[in-house]
Amino acid sequence: MKIAISTSGTTLDAELDKRFGRAEKFIIYDLDADTFEVIDNAQNLNLSQGAGIQAGKTVANSGAKAVITGHVGPKAYSTLGAVDIDIYFAESGTIQSLVDDFKANKLTKATGPDKDGHW
Amino acid sequence: MKELVVISGKGGTGKTSLVASFAALAKDHVMVDCDVGAADLHLVLNPEILESHDYYGGKEAIIDQDLCTKCGKCKEVCRFNAVDDDMMIRPLFCEGCGACVFICPEKAIRLEDSLSGEWFLSDTIYAPMVHARLGIAEDNSGLLVSLIRGKARELAKEQGRNLLITDGSPGIGCPVIASITGADLILIVVEPTLSGMHDLKRVADLTKYFDVDAVVTVNKYDLNEDITNQVEEYCRQNDLQFLARLPYDEAVVRAQIARKPVVSFGESKVATEIKKLYNDVSNILNK
Amino acid sequence: MKITLASGKGGTGKTTIATNLAYLLSKDKEITLLDCDVEEPNAHIFIKPTWTDSYTTYLPIPKVDMDKCIHCGICGDSCQFSAIANIGDKVLTYPELCHGCGLCMMACPTGAITEQNREIGTVELGHSGNIKMAHGKLRIGEAMSPPLINAVKKHASEDGITIIDAPPGTSCPVIATIQESDFIILVTEPTPFGLNDLKLAVGMVREIGVPMAVAINRSDLGDNAVKEYCEEEGITVILEIPNLRKAAQNYSKGHLIVKEMPELEKHFSGIMASIEKELSK
Repeated sequence: MKIAISTSGTTLDAELDKRFGRAEKFIIYDLDADTFEVIDNAQNLNLSQGAGIQAGKTVANSGAKAVITGHVGPKAYSTLGAVDIDIYFAESGTIQSLVDDFKANKLTKATGPDKDGHW
Repeated sequence: MKELVVISGKGGTGKTSLVASFAALAKDHVMVDCDVGAADLHLVLNPEILESHDYYGGKEAIIDQDLCTKCGKCKEVCRFNAVDDDMMIRPLFCEGCGACVFICPEKAIRLEDSLSGEWFLSDTIYAPMVHARLGIAEDNSGLLVSLIRGKARELAKEQGRNLLITDGSPGIGCPVIASITGADLILIVVEPTLSGMHDLKRVADLTKYFDVDAVVTVNKYDLNEDITNQVEEYCRQNDLQFLARLPYDEAVVRAQIARKPVVSFGESKVATEIKKLYNDVSNILNK
Repeated sequence: MKITLASGKGGTGKTTIATNLAYLLSKDKEITLLDCDVEEPNAHIFIKPTWTDSYTTYLPIPKVDMDKCIHCGICGDSCQFSAIANIGDKVLTYPELCHGCGLCMMACPTGAITEQNREIGTVELGHSGNIKMAHGKLRIGEAMSPPLINAVKKHASEDGITIIDAPPGTSCPVIATIQESDFIILVTEPTPFGLNDLKLAVGMVREIGVPMAVAINRSDLGDNAVKEYCEEEGITVILEIPNLRKAAQNYSKGHLIVKEMPELEKHFSGIMASIEKELSK
């Protein structure tokens, strides 16, 4: 199974980027193969609106079945929900530590958006 | 880190003058001017611009005149009246939707990022300041407001400052919405007039709609004590904390002309009340 | 003739001047007053119209017929505003992001997209004496005002005088309001904030290309910089109202200041003649 993590870096030491829609990048981690790829999200940083939706699209197209991020707004939440992608919230951590936490079931699943819609 | 955003619904209530005084009273703060369409805070805080950045807020259609056959299909599909009778784009009205790009049989139209304004990182004698200038008639002020709030937060983090004080814009539309989401406390500045009361209701509804805590102060209260009392009553009935009554005082204009915050412009009745108000706001923020 | 009151800065007195001017002119002819500040409409407080009609205004948003949808994703790829997105086998729409441009409908190869409506606000119509009034009330939380403003503007008079009260600022709601005006009066106050925002507003009106003049409200309040600026720029000051506490108090109670203080009428008396003069230049 693949999971997506919003991040500012490109390696397993990279930090969580708490934003979802305007995260700098996503690291898509393959839990079965223990490999990962980096997807750039920079094109969404300058979107006037709908960044959460576009990021949701990116994550959906990557094959990830779960997302680890800091916050999601209502549109990102519904976009991911429409394709049954679970959202897990984390405060901080490196990609490696978050993957470990996920594997150990230590992360809280989101039951709704935790941020208002915004630009 | 906490963020205080000052809004008013109605224009001309004294938001910016109040925020300027807060700049002088606060500690460890960063100032943000989110009234990007008609920014005034800099006139009193006198920032020294350290960095300026272009802001591309949206897109606009550009017609390649060499390819254009003036068939008029773009004008037919444009819902924003952005194509004139000579088949030229009117940038003031173009929303960058791309309908014309799609329909043009000659593929003569493209969408380009449009330079909508600039944002600045500056220094003032009170605190660092993040502000912006949105070009005339430019769209997407919401994005610019979010951008500068984000930059201010980053700046505060870098410098170990824990308070953002944000000057909002009038109204209840997109720049205001973008200023208040996620704020820790909203201060609504009201004038004691029927218009002010009317607008208070709409802006208070906005804060409830976006689920942000709000407190209220009446400025120039002595203009109409009856309505000031009505404002206080409205607050009581609507779960809004009523904080202060600031008196009308010519010192406000004199200070503005001298380019100083009122609280830094000698003694005045209103300066005393502003200091008390700031204290109260500070206590609520730090609870 | 459409005369619009606009300003860079909020709270300078647009509504005061719009309503008092409309009232004075209505003494001998029918006047239409349009309050285009759909975020915070206030003119009705002073005109106190009898409301006779109201209707909801909508923005067209996409409706997808999933039976016709072939999941090509062209709709989402075309949309500049992320208002429609093809995710997996679902097509999601985000009405609050939709600008109503119609592109997704045109781009859909199977005609699966048609339009339905999203409510953006209400238009209310009324009258008071010789004044016909219309205003718009934007739905709280709605970010898009120009379509509602355009709906209000449809009620402009065909051949009489229409006075239009614009929202403050220089952003898109203001542009939507002031376009197609015959004359614009920029209202300001003689303070540094007033001057700063007046300059922005002058820049805006020059872009639109409509003739303009300036009104200085609370004219003895601050300093001379606004007047000097107008002189340098060759802009006529056609109205000055002094800073009178009694006027402010009347305003606060929702009174028309020229009704309560007839001595103020003289400040307004030459306006139409001044406007005609400016237009003939």
